[in-house]
Amino acid sequence: MPDDGYLNVSRRGVLAGGVGSAALAQASILRAQQPMPGSQSGNEGPSTMRIRMTVNGTPQEVDLDTRTTLLDTLREHLKLTGTKKGCDHGQCGACTVMVNGQRINSCLSLAVQHEGDEVTTIEGLGTPDDLHPMQDAFVEHDGYQCGYCTPGQICSAVAVLEEIRSGIPSHVTDDLTGPMRPTEMEMRERMSGNICRCGAYSNIAEAMAQVAEA
Amino acid sequence: MRSFTYERAASPADAARAVAATQGAKFIAGGTNLLDLMKLEIERPTHLVDVQDLGLDAIEETEEGGLRIGTLVSNTALSAHPKVRRDYAVLTRAIQAGASGQLRNKATTGGNMLQRTRCSYFYDTNMPCNKRKPGDGCAAIRGSSRQLGVIGTSDSCIATYPGDMAVAMRVLDAVVETVKPDGTARSIPSAEFHRLWGDTPHVETVLEPGEIITHVRLPAPLGGRHFYSKVRDRRSYAFALVSVAAVIQSDGTGQVAFGGVAPRPWRLPEADAQLRNGAAAVVRTAFADARPTEDNKFKIPLAERTLAGILAEAKG
Repeated sequence: MPDDGYLNVSRRGVLAGGVGSAALAQASILRAQQPMPGSQSGNEGPSTMRIRMTVNGTPQEVDLDTRTTLLDTLREHLKLTGTKKGCDHGQCGACTVMVNGQRINSCLSLAVQHEGDEVTTIEGLGTPDDLHPMQDAFVEHDGYQCGYCTPGQICSAVAVLEEIRSGIPSHVTDDLTGPMRPTEMEMRERMSGNICRCGAYSNIAEAMAQVAEA
Repeated sequence: MRSFTYERAASPADAARAVAATQGAKFIAGGTNLLDLMKLEIERPTHLVDVQDLGLDAIEETEEGGLRIGTLVSNTALSAHPKVRRDYAVLTRAIQAGASGQLRNKATTGGNMLQRTRCSYFYDTNMPCNKRKPGDGCAAIRGSSRQLGVIGTSDSCIATYPGDMAVAMRVLDAVVETVKPDGTARSIPSAEFHRLWGDTPHVETVLEPGEIITHVRLPAPLGGRHFYSKVRDRRSYAFALVSVAAVIQSDGTGQVAFGGVAPRPWRLPEADAQLRNGAAAVVRTAFADARPTEDNKFKIPLAERTLAGILAEAKG
């Protein structure tokens, strides 16, 4: 995909992007903005700040309106459009990414809160030529239909298995002090923050079970 | 979203001073509730003071045998702490009953205490709401009130405190530690933290302008068996219609608090004292002053049945 600030999108590219986009934009694309000191309040106009973060292993530096969410930073400024905007209110999970190893809703986080953070998006998990095991499993088990929620589902699924491995309990964990196990019930409960309107849930659970057992 | 300036504070007193010094300033920690409301322009801060660098992200043991939880400890980290899982299981259960994995990773202990109501009229800026705009009126009282409060409410507002974590904090008699802009610290019992707001529903807690939560302190473990039962419209990732947090001892005594019913986690000592007499006696006492609507009067028998389930399990 050309790195010219425009999105050269084909249907094939969109479908590939759903599972593992190759669109690793290397350059930070700075928007022309009026430079405003971040320390002043008032009606002079939008306040902007320079933010540095590492995205999928690549250091990035962007000048942003303080209102910019992490999601909009990834999509609109770094052109990493694998991460999707669904509800923009933390209810659907399409925007799920990992920050310093933990999954969060990137729509409910400001970029300015992430100075110095390490962000991993779907583009950082794998590529079409070298899929992450979870991406592979989603393809194998048809863990999607339209594909829009898929990047969030996959980022969440990868993080869920890590949360179980590290012993974080859930609402359906019977014994809070015992070892956690990746049962189907555990995975379904832990994935409840990712909505799929196509209803691919059972196939997503199968994909996760395959990776958990591997 | 309205434009705002942003800074990171280096100490709790600096953060408190920064918020007190700027008209319209607010703290931001996780931001999962605040940003949602800012997008809808229900919250319109002119300046955000980010508290993430305050170093208040540890859980320490206290001399009294309890725990002191830094305000920035995430919901996930708090619920997964080995001592919390073992000695304060009601807290782990309550936290894990709320929100989603993504939100629990970001949401903080202090921020969760300050979670604002989920009343749909508060969220709908086309409708009157005394909480959003003092003096505006309340569309909920004669509106659709199925999710809303049945007790501790007023003629100005029938919203609820919507969260789960604070219901467990209330049953455990947690204490909220704060620092004010002048640098003085104080401890607020969880029983007093959320106001019964009367005709000022926009003032939800006893915190003063600029006062910042630094820790939440848990007393020594209560022992007993710990329960958190939440009834909601879907099995996961939904707010409570009714929730019940309880710690029950082997002799049948204990503590019980109800969520999803009032402006604060609802607990009365005289209702605790009825625990050995069964769920009906507890709920009759706890909800003696209830003023439910036609839409939400079901919450009172639902609270009784939910508690009855807990008491049956505690005996078994």
